[in-house]
Amino acid sequence: MKSSRLRAALTPYALIFPGGLWLAIFFVVPMVVMLSLSLQTGNITDGYQLTWHWQTYLDGLTTYHDQIIRSLVYGLAATIVTIVIGFPMAYYIAFRGGRRKSMYLFLLLLPFLVSFVLRTISWQFFLADDGILLGPLKGAGLLPEDFHLLATSAAVIGGLAYNFLPFMVLPIYVALERIDPRVLEAATDLYAGRVQTFLRVVLPLSLPGVFAGVLMTFVPASSDYVNASILGGAGNTMIGNVIQNQYLVTQDYPVAAALSFTLMALLLVGIFAYARALGTEDVLEVAAR
Amino acid sequence: MSAIPPRDPALLRGLTGRRMAPGRRDLFRMAGLSAAGLALAACGVQGKKAAPPQQSDVEKYWSDKKQNGHVDFANWPLYMDPKRPELKLFTEKTGISVTYKEVIQDNASWFAKIQPQLAAGQSIEYDLMVVTNGIQFTQLVQLGYLVPLDHSKLPNFAANAGEAYKREPFDPGNVYSIPWASGITGIAYNPKYVDEPPTSYAALWDPKYKGKVGMMSDAQEIGNFAMMLLGIEPEKSTPADWEKAAEKLREQRDAGIVRKYYDQNFIDPLGKGDIWICQAWSGDIFQKNVSDGTDLKFVIPEEGATIWTDNMMIPKTAANPVDAITLMDFFYDPEVAATLAEYINYIPPVPSAQEIIKRHAAEAKGEDKELLEEVATSPLVFPSEADYAKLHTYRPFKDAAEQKQYEQIFQSITTA
Repeated sequence: MKSSRLRAALTPYALIFPGGLWLAIFFVVPMVVMLSLSLQTGNITDGYQLTWHWQTYLDGLTTYHDQIIRSLVYGLAATIVTIVIGFPMAYYIAFRGGRRKSMYLFLLLLPFLVSFVLRTISWQFFLADDGILLGPLKGAGLLPEDFHLLATSAAVIGGLAYNFLPFMVLPIYVALERIDPRVLEAATDLYAGRVQTFLRVVLPLSLPGVFAGVLMTFVPASSDYVNASILGGAGNTMIGNVIQNQYLVTQDYPVAAALSFTLMALLLVGIFAYARALGTEDVLEVAAR
Repeated sequence: MSAIPPRDPALLRGLTGRRMAPGRRDLFRMAGLSAAGLALAACGVQGKKAAPPQQSDVEKYWSDKKQNGHVDFANWPLYMDPKRPELKLFTEKTGISVTYKEVIQDNASWFAKIQPQLAAGQSIEYDLMVVTNGIQFTQLVQLGYLVPLDHSKLPNFAANAGEAYKREPFDPGNVYSIPWASGITGIAYNPKYVDEPPTSYAALWDPKYKGKVGMMSDAQEIGNFAMMLLGIEPEKSTPADWEKAAEKLREQRDAGIVRKYYDQNFIDPLGKGDIWICQAWSGDIFQKNVSDGTDLKFVIPEEGATIWTDNMMIPKTAANPVDAITLMDFFYDPEVAATLAEYINYIPPVPSAQEIIKRHAAEAKGEDKELLEEVATSPLVFPSEADYAKLHTYRPFKDAAEQKQYEQIFQSITTA
């Protein structure tokens, strides 16, 4: 009797233990290391020492504010594109998918069977100056000869939107799927037209999904560096590229770590502000739905 | 404190007590904070600057090393015939097997990959690697990550290496490294789009190639080009020269002339026509033309160009250093150096390879004969004295601070 009560008391801890341990080792420890790195000074040959050099944060912001702002703008633009494309997709699959629902979802996830980098490189071929897309258009005289898509903001934002689209569609789909058909019937019974039903019933009920989608798209898109390095050009550097460069090329670990923390802080502030604006009380709760 | 008259000690205690005697929670909080502080301080990254080796260090290192019959070789892509004829010959002659992997994409990321293991004294799983003279090579030397070479084990090198390769400014006396191959950074262009062959670096600043110019993201390469355009010798440049060069590069970027700053993947866009003219490494252009049938061209501008050297070296944690140094010396057999140069089209450090390639050309027929003749007479594979006079080397840095200053100046251009 006693042992079963003890077991009952310990069960939640036992369940949380593997995940907790995982987070402690692979999230908390690296974060502490990064935080420490961001406050160190030195160089790779002589070593780095913790000197509580907060100035690095300020220097990072002043030197790279263009790239930080650009990253947030690209992330936001890509998120908006994924909403515009993804919402109707999710709506169609949830309400009109019928028996083919799982096939549509499978098709949506199909690109994910190909590696992220490979997918992006294939866009490089697709968008090449004389490639499959632009070649014929230029040949037909619809575009000027020196027009190019690669190495422009449009290519980077397009690549980001393409790569993160399923992260937007799936949560919206889940939210729409959960809407009780009787609620829609009730709306019809109360003489709401199609537009009214959508605006006053479907859309508000789908917002938690949109929120989760924005979270899962905006955050990784803003900190991405693969799209900018493969599809971008001379003026499309994102903050992720700067951080990668500082770590691997210059080996200036403090600047890289400080920029990572700055980006993280900005994204967190952005998300909480967004949650406020949306009127949700508990961001984490909504995101977990 | 002085504002409160110290009449009643109890009142004073009451007013200040909480602050004087922290509660249990505060204690925990403080303990947590100081633990976090300790944890942060414990994360310092160790640097280990090493002293230059003495003759006795060389003997001490090599005295207990034995041949193990195997060597793991890390090299760059496109640096050996995919059929690996040289390695097969080596195994045949010495009985030492070789695992050859093309794992080095660029110096910086390779250094970042191996640095933690070398710092911890752990094996990087390679006994031999090829690194360019430059920032990372200097760091490898300064940190003591390389094995000092025993030149009694390098008879071919002593007999056959070109004189210039025995007194290189980045590793005088070949203490740690011997060259694998050298190459030239110049201008490549696609004649399909560029009518008049460029003769000067100014072509890369020409507005008529707007959006079609490719530059390199490497701080050294890009800095060198701008300095040579401005008539500054890169190896003797000062920080003021770097600023001037950066200004020139900023102009070029802000006018929209530069399409992109490439690491080493400039060849495909050049072949496809995404870029028309770019900074390039000599041998890559030749190999691309041979393997893909493209007709790309490479020129050394009238201002001169830069020459770099990729060097073989043994990391200090290598398991098979004797086998590695045997392989290093093997590549200085003129016959081997010749076949390697015939394929990769970079400058072999063995000048006598030229005669052997000419002999091979005389023995060959048809297309092979043409290719071999081209290699044997190419100024890019066997530069003449006059060609060498026009070639500059990378700027060596006296310390980490100077190097950082240089990198920061040019990275503000490439990561904008």
